[in-house]
Amino acid sequence: MTDQRSQAEIVRQSLKRRYRKERRFRLYGMTAIAIALLSLVVLFTDIIGKGYTGFIKTTMTLEVVLDGEQMYLDDASNKDQMSMADFQAPIITALQKHFPEVEERKDLRELSRLAGSYASNQIKDLLARQPELLGTTQTMEFLVHDTVSVYVKHADNPAYSIRLSEQQQRWVDELVEKGVVDTGFNDVFFSRGDSREPSNAGILGAIVGSLLTMVVTLVIAFPVGVAAAVYLEEFAPQNKFTDFIEVNINNLAAVPSIIFGLLGLAVFIGVFGLPRSVPVLGGLVLALMTLPTIIISSRAAIKSVPPSIREAAEGIGASKMQVVLHHVVPLAMPGMMTGSIIGMAQALGETAPLLLIGMVAFIVEIPDGFFSSATVLPVQIYLWASSAEQGFVELASAGIMILLSFMITMNALAIWLRKRLERRW
Amino acid sequence: MNTMNSTVTSNNETTEAPAVPVQDERPAETIIQEGVTVGSPYADDPKFKLRDVEVFYGESRAIKKISLDIARNEVIAFIGPSGCGKSTFLRCLNRMNDSIDICSVKGELMLDDQNIYDPKRDVVELRARVGMVFQKPNPFPKSIYDNVAYGPRIHGLANRKSDLDDIVEDSLRKAGLWNEVKDRLDATATGMSGGQQQRLCIARAIAVSPEVILMDEPCSALDPIATAKVEELIAEMSESYTIVIVTHSMQQAARVSNRTAYFHLGHLVEVNETDKVFTSPDHELTESYITGRFG
Repeated sequence: MTDQRSQAEIVRQSLKRRYRKERRFRLYGMTAIAIALLSLVVLFTDIIGKGYTGFIKTTMTLEVVLDGEQMYLDDASNKDQMSMADFQAPIITALQKHFPEVEERKDLRELSRLAGSYASNQIKDLLARQPELLGTTQTMEFLVHDTVSVYVKHADNPAYSIRLSEQQQRWVDELVEKGVVDTGFNDVFFSRGDSREPSNAGILGAIVGSLLTMVVTLVIAFPVGVAAAVYLEEFAPQNKFTDFIEVNINNLAAVPSIIFGLLGLAVFIGVFGLPRSVPVLGGLVLALMTLPTIIISSRAAIKSVPPSIREAAEGIGASKMQVVLHHVVPLAMPGMMTGSIIGMAQALGETAPLLLIGMVAFIVEIPDGFFSSATVLPVQIYLWASSAEQGFVELASAGIMILLSFMITMNALAIWLRKRLERRW
Repeated sequence: MNTMNSTVTSNNETTEAPAVPVQDERPAETIIQEGVTVGSPYADDPKFKLRDVEVFYGESRAIKKISLDIARNEVIAFIGPSGCGKSTFLRCLNRMNDSIDICSVKGELMLDDQNIYDPKRDVVELRARVGMVFQKPNPFPKSIYDNVAYGPRIHGLANRKSDLDDIVEDSLRKAGLWNEVKDRLDATATGMSGGQQQRLCIARAIAVSPEVILMDEPCSALDPIATAKVEELIAEMSESYTIVIVTHSMQQAARVSNRTAYFHLGHLVEVNETDKVFTSPDHELTESYITGRFG
């Protein structure tokens, strides 16, 4: 009797210990998740806090007198004259209207620097399109200079005003008050390629470059990956050689991505002579990098098709090929697609291999084909983040937001596909 | 007990198989002689003629020199304790073991005097003639119609949609499922009840008009009502098909089959008319099994 009681006592004590252990274990888990969530919140706050101004542009609306005499231009349709003309002059004059007291040459130059470097090009383009406007007065909207833009967007932060002289700051304040300088949604960011001038730089070039690259990656990696997985899983004999291949595929998935860049450099550029920094090349390299991921996830998806379905089809007299094509592959497709999308998302965020094959070049034009020079989103972010101008820092953060939204979209698509196409049996 | 058949010697020493818990003083392998079956394993003009069949999984021998005839349009039940090789043997009849790499089959297996395991023989054609229904209902995750139509489609049995419709309707009628599903042929098959799914699998098997239907414990996943329906179906089908059924339920074997074969440790111990097996079996192991002393 006493023995029994003491045994119950022992069990009770050990129970207490066990429950304590369990609680502690749960606590560890919750702490880990809390830390992860906190880091995520900090990351997002930082990026959004720094980057939201990237989606704002600062413009200056001026009444420009297109005075031919001032521009040394009497025929806007004459190309020689156009190339020699001074399109900066009307802008200075227009600005001077707001500040009649400024007359000294040095001050005038400072004043003219408020407008963006491409403002004069805007006038040139207008006249080139419509030469008959010479001599008229036009209301035009110009992007302000990067330093002004940063100053206006961060009016409360003195760290952003150091690039402007006190005189310039006064002018800008006054122009803002008059409503001449205004902020608005940054459509420039979404409609242009890269630029040396932050306020004139856009991400569209990188987005298009990324899309073209991803198309190449998908077109190569998905069919090859699925075919390899189907063959290895369904048709390949089990021997030393296939074991060797299997081990190597698994190893490839863990190879640092920059190695694939070296491979691309050596093989695609060195041996096959493909041009540098084009989406086809980037796509090929990223396809190689994504292949192991796709093969591994596709094989897992094929393995998860219940053997009973295979047997059912074989039992009716379906050939191996029919079993695979009619039953196994369709049932494995959601898993294959999920794996591929996740592989693609990985490829979309990849920078290192692309640096080696020249996709890090400064490219202003929006790529118009698979063989035109391009850059991609993460490389563009890298380029901006390594620039000194304050304007580029916010663009880098804005670019990160764009990239993240692409990633989230792709992962959401993967989840949706899996939920949607998942079959139960 | 085995007076009418003197082929069984009771003290044959073999050392290969481990002893099973038989409540007899002698271990089971001492009272089975390899390659010897009591009762009436042979028939005239059989559908299947199987002689000295051996099946190996790698090194281990799962089926040991079994000889058996399966007559035309009979229902033969394979019974025996778990792991006795009855399913393995069944799967030899339409070469479902082919997909297992380490499995090899020896001996003479003839379907209508053609060798089943002839390397030149097309397994697709064989399986079109010898259909199979599995233990767990395994409809394709497609519509009811597509499940039944799949076989005829891949074999090209119907050229026109209307022919295919006829085959589907006919098969579903034969499987006793038509009235239950005729209004929802496009519904997905996985949404049906277990019994309906199994009858659908039977319909799917008969849609390619096989000569033989192999059933591997077709009712083990079904409730008694669904089981009764499937058994009824087997009785109806026995008029036009040769049916080989593996079952763990002796009552089921007694209800549906003409002949019963008792397997034990990879040996075919006894084959007899079903009535005889369940009333006065020739072999003492069969008797032990049907009286529930092991299994």
